[in-house]
Amino acid sequence: MRALIEMRNLARTYVLGDEVIRALDGVSLTIQQGEFVAIMGPSGSGKSTAMNMIGCLDLPTSGQYILDGYDVSGLSEDQLAELRNQKIGFVFQNFNLLPKTTALENVELPMLYAGVPARERRRRAMEALERVGLGNRLGNRPNELSGGQQQRVSIARALVNNPVLILADEPTGALDSHTTEDILRLFEELHAQGNTIVLVTHEDEVGRHAKRIVRFRDGRVESDTAVGVDHRADGEALTGGDGA
Amino acid sequence: MIWTETLRVAWRSIRANKMRSFLTMLGIIIGVMAVIGSSAVGTGAKLEITKQVESLGSNVLTVMPGSTSFGGIGRGVGSATTLTATDAKLIVQNDPEVAYASPVVSSNQQVVYGSNNTSAAIEGTNEQYPAIRDIQMAEGQYFTATEVKDAMHVAVLGANVPNTLGMNAPLGQTIYINAVPFTVIGVAQTQGSQGFQSPDDAIAIPYTTEQDLFTGSTSVQQIVVSAKSANEMNEAQREMEDTLRVAHQLHPSDSDDFSIMNQATILSALGNITAILTALLDGISGISLLVGGIGIMNIMLVSVTERTREIGIRKAIGAKRGSISTQFLLESLMLSLSGAFLGLVIGGGGAEVIGQLVLKIGNVVSVSAVVLAVVFSILVGIVFGVYPARKAANLKPIDALRFE
Repeated sequence: MRALIEMRNLARTYVLGDEVIRALDGVSLTIQQGEFVAIMGPSGSGKSTAMNMIGCLDLPTSGQYILDGYDVSGLSEDQLAELRNQKIGFVFQNFNLLPKTTALENVELPMLYAGVPARERRRRAMEALERVGLGNRLGNRPNELSGGQQQRVSIARALVNNPVLILADEPTGALDSHTTEDILRLFEELHAQGNTIVLVTHEDEVGRHAKRIVRFRDGRVESDTAVGVDHRADGEALTGGDGA
Repeated sequence: MIWTETLRVAWRSIRANKMRSFLTMLGIIIGVMAVIGSSAVGTGAKLEITKQVESLGSNVLTVMPGSTSFGGIGRGVGSATTLTATDAKLIVQNDPEVAYASPVVSSNQQVVYGSNNTSAAIEGTNEQYPAIRDIQMAEGQYFTATEVKDAMHVAVLGANVPNTLGMNAPLGQTIYINAVPFTVIGVAQTQGSQGFQSPDDAIAIPYTTEQDLFTGSTSVQQIVVSAKSANEMNEAQREMEDTLRVAHQLHPSDSDDFSIMNQATILSALGNITAILTALLDGISGISLLVGGIGIMNIMLVSVTERTREIGIRKAIGAKRGSISTQFLLESLMLSLSGAFLGLVIGGGGAEVIGQLVLKIGNVVSVSAVVLAVVFSILVGIVFGVYPARKAANLKPIDALRFE
């Protein structure tokens, strides 16, 4: 197994007036390909900043971040955009789908910026939507879909460019408990198919679905534990692959 | 590339706010209409002036008393009496490039026939006048050199006059001009309007008769001259200047006490007025397009703010700065071009309808005006779209995603 994400002594500081806020304060973290990691912590712990770093949405103040062999630290804004496009599939808490745009077109979007030809875009987008169980909702706009369905569209969008990493930021934060279970089961399936998933959450119920939990506090990694038992929604317990 | 998609997104965004987009375009619509309109006014005026001047005859020169010189000291109203009928005779006799010359003395008089009366321009001319002005007779004939010499009381009516006076068979009838009886010897064919008054409403009599009865002076108001060919106008003008200077006994240091106008001078004088008018309208159109551009920039800035979240999503998913700025630039360009198109359709269509159907002066919308309007609109769209587009492209994805 090779390292997909390598953070070496990563720091990110914000200046707010005279105050310097250390959102990340020397974080070193390695995530292997194929892992299902939950990043947890209370608000203000630095988990969101960490997620921005992992997602190449923001650059560290110091330290090194290597994603799939690319050193991100020195890249320009356009190079970061390309890296996000090629390597990362984002799933957001509030779905972040384009309004007034059909499910199919939303899923086509990452391929649009990747320069995929129109016909292939359409075919792959349809495939991805079928994979998340929305093959019959291709032409619906976000306001015509339920929360769970919208999140499925955004998962399809995250998958469609075959990224090396699926980065989910509180993906169930806006969903009811029943739908939450559905979506988490979908993540588990994707993990089982070999996808690397990093899930940012503050809910233990959600984090428990991952195979490894990294807890943040005050901008540092507080704990990093492997989860031995996978708590399925139906209560069925399986032995974790990487052991306890 | 993703041009078609970018176009589609821009078009959708414009359509999503139909009213707002239309109001934004309005500035450009009005600007383009003004550009087309001003050029149409210019073209139309030029066509009309050219037509009128040409109807005077293409080889006609007019001698007026008084100098047009701006430099020297004006000779005052007294100079209006420096031209005489003798000058006209000398010009014809001495100048080889001159074909015909006729003095013109005119006044307005009361004309009576039977129980009808009207006020008409009475033009005193000689027998060469119809050749100069290309006047064809509908019936009867123009007066002869003898009739001019003897100052006979004969009259040639303009085409509309018999109708005005209620005459059925005008030839041989007697009309009273300022209570003096005249015999009608001819009626001219219609000549159409020539500027401010129509020769169709005038009555021609020998200039000698006019001087005797009505002006009481030996001076004439102008001399109209036709050159032998339109190509020799300048040569004819030079000859006439020499002849008149000798006839008026002018010292070489004196300036001319007459001025000779040919069509070119009249055309350029009128052309200058048209040019000023057109420049004024062009200025107004320029300002309108500028204001339209500011309107576009304003609404594009609103649009960038409204769509901050969308920009964030697109950037997170992999849109580069170029893609974002292209999208907003294209939207601004589409606004200005749609405005230009509507302005062209409304303004150009309106001008053509007025020009072709109402004024009947032909095609007034020029290709150059259309090209100018479109090019200017594109420029406005780009210039005023760049700032909002840059603003959109410069948004940081994390800030944009967090924007509510």
